[in-house]
Amino acid sequence: MLSSKDILYIRKKFPILKKKIYNNPLIYLDNAATTQKPIQVINAIKKYYTTINANVHRGAHYLSNIATNAIENSRLKIKNFINATYSEEIIFTRNATEAINLVALGMSEFLTQGDEIIISYLEHHSNIVPWQMLCQRTKTCLKVIPIDKDGTLQWEVFEKLISVKTKIIAITQISNVLGVNPPIKKFIKKAHTYGALVLIDGAQALSHLIIDVQNLDADFYVFSAHKMYGPTGVGVLYGKKNSLEKLLPYQGGGEMIKTVTFEKTIYADIPYKFESGTPNIEGIVAFSAAIDFIKEIGLNNIIIYEKKLLDYTTYMLSKINGIILYSKDIPRISIISFNIFNIHHFDIGIILDRLGIAVRTGHHCSQPIIDFLKILGTVRVSLSIYNTFEEIDNLYKGILKAKKILKQ
Amino acid sequence: MTLQKIEIEIIQEFEQLNNWEDKYEYLIELGKKLKPMSSKDKNANTLIKNCQSQVWINAKLIDKYIILQADSDALLPKGIAALMLRLYSGRQPKEIINSNKYVFSTIGLESFLSPRRANGMLEMFKTIKLYAIAFNLKTTL
Repeated sequence: MLSSKDILYIRKKFPILKKKIYNNPLIYLDNAATTQKPIQVINAIKKYYTTINANVHRGAHYLSNIATNAIENSRLKIKNFINATYSEEIIFTRNATEAINLVALGMSEFLTQGDEIIISYLEHHSNIVPWQMLCQRTKTCLKVIPIDKDGTLQWEVFEKLISVKTKIIAITQISNVLGVNPPIKKFIKKAHTYGALVLIDGAQALSHLIIDVQNLDADFYVFSAHKMYGPTGVGVLYGKKNSLEKLLPYQGGGEMIKTVTFEKTIYADIPYKFESGTPNIEGIVAFSAAIDFIKEIGLNNIIIYEKKLLDYTTYMLSKINGIILYSKDIPRISIISFNIFNIHHFDIGIILDRLGIAVRTGHHCSQPIIDFLKILGTVRVSLSIYNTFEEIDNLYKGILKAKKILKQ
Repeated sequence: MTLQKIEIEIIQEFEQLNNWEDKYEYLIELGKKLKPMSSKDKNANTLIKNCQSQVWINAKLIDKYIILQADSDALLPKGIAALMLRLYSGRQPKEIINSNKYVFSTIGLESFLSPRRANGMLEMFKTIKLYAIAFNLKTTL
């Protein structure tokens, strides 16, 4: 396992971690919202603008070729990172949300009244609203897999919900509120027996789990660079080649065409069919540096360390009187949500902030699950490779201090 | 007492508090002293949107003066609401329209002032101002 010395070495790569918040060292525990960026990602953006800036896929000149190669290399690296079969199965989007919308809009033409779409109670709003919008437009029906109190998806109900009418199932690999990770492979297998497509929201999973899309056999898998040490503004839609080819492009423009006349436009092949307009080139290039960063540490090392740290966090938090830990006893990935009896989550968040501890409070853009738990919100601690055991000790002390100030 | 005098009074009170912990505790005390709002008045119309905590502000115009009521389910926002009421309740609409929020940054609560939507303080301030603008229009029409 990575030693505390190793973690200290890793931390040095993150300039922002030197920052003081109200004279306290920054303790950044909001990694599920976005991770901080290592210097090599920051440098990659700088290097792009200082040495290779040009538009891609169109210029005949030297720089344009370099820029094009840079983003195509990035595509290849991402393809290998998630073990996709072909590079063209990797579509660059703005974020995971856009990737979901791309699929939802792309399949709208193939749905007919009476068709059904299945999501789950664990979903982030970005894996709820695009499907709701699609259902409204196509007069199809949205069904939701319920959960147990601990966040386990109810398999028996899912078996009743799914039918030949089901056209797509969209579920998360890791809940952004509870950190639980449903057995998605089982769901994918079942869905395929009914001929339904499956989209997996992997936004919280990348850099915390090894992702092998061929092994998972999902038709679509989406994620965001900024939650895995990369820049904001870059997302990925992975899709099986034949599934992507069936989707209609949801945006038109330059880059996504073969020929254009006023009478008819012939679309380009994948991935370009879905990448209209100039992409976020520097972001895509820097994303590649983020993957290098993960590979240098080794994903297995990250997984082992983060599990130890999460177990320690759970242990320390459970020592606090009046704490309510959600999904405490089932496996979770890098996230734990809590409340303290009779204290508002927002009050805890404000006091922790004053101590330099960044956590997320509220409904975390997943209102249905918060409503299901019959609460108003939670305090969410989400970990990353640069967090330390000492930081968790300070979180523990910070919560005790918050309790004292709030007189509980 | 004029709005300016109350601002000075609040600034002086907070000057006596040495650190942020004492300031937060004082704020919580202020919140606890706030007159409870009836559950009837805590409704969708008085609830401030985009707050992580639930904050309700109600305003009535009585004899040219705006009378405010406020409540929150969280302690610190409730303390902020109590400060707002002390400053702005019982004032004529124009006084509120012409006021600014400098008092809050002066007393060291700048972290509550950021425009992030979760915060609520700016939303409370905006809501009270909107009430004042609406009542002002009503009285001048």
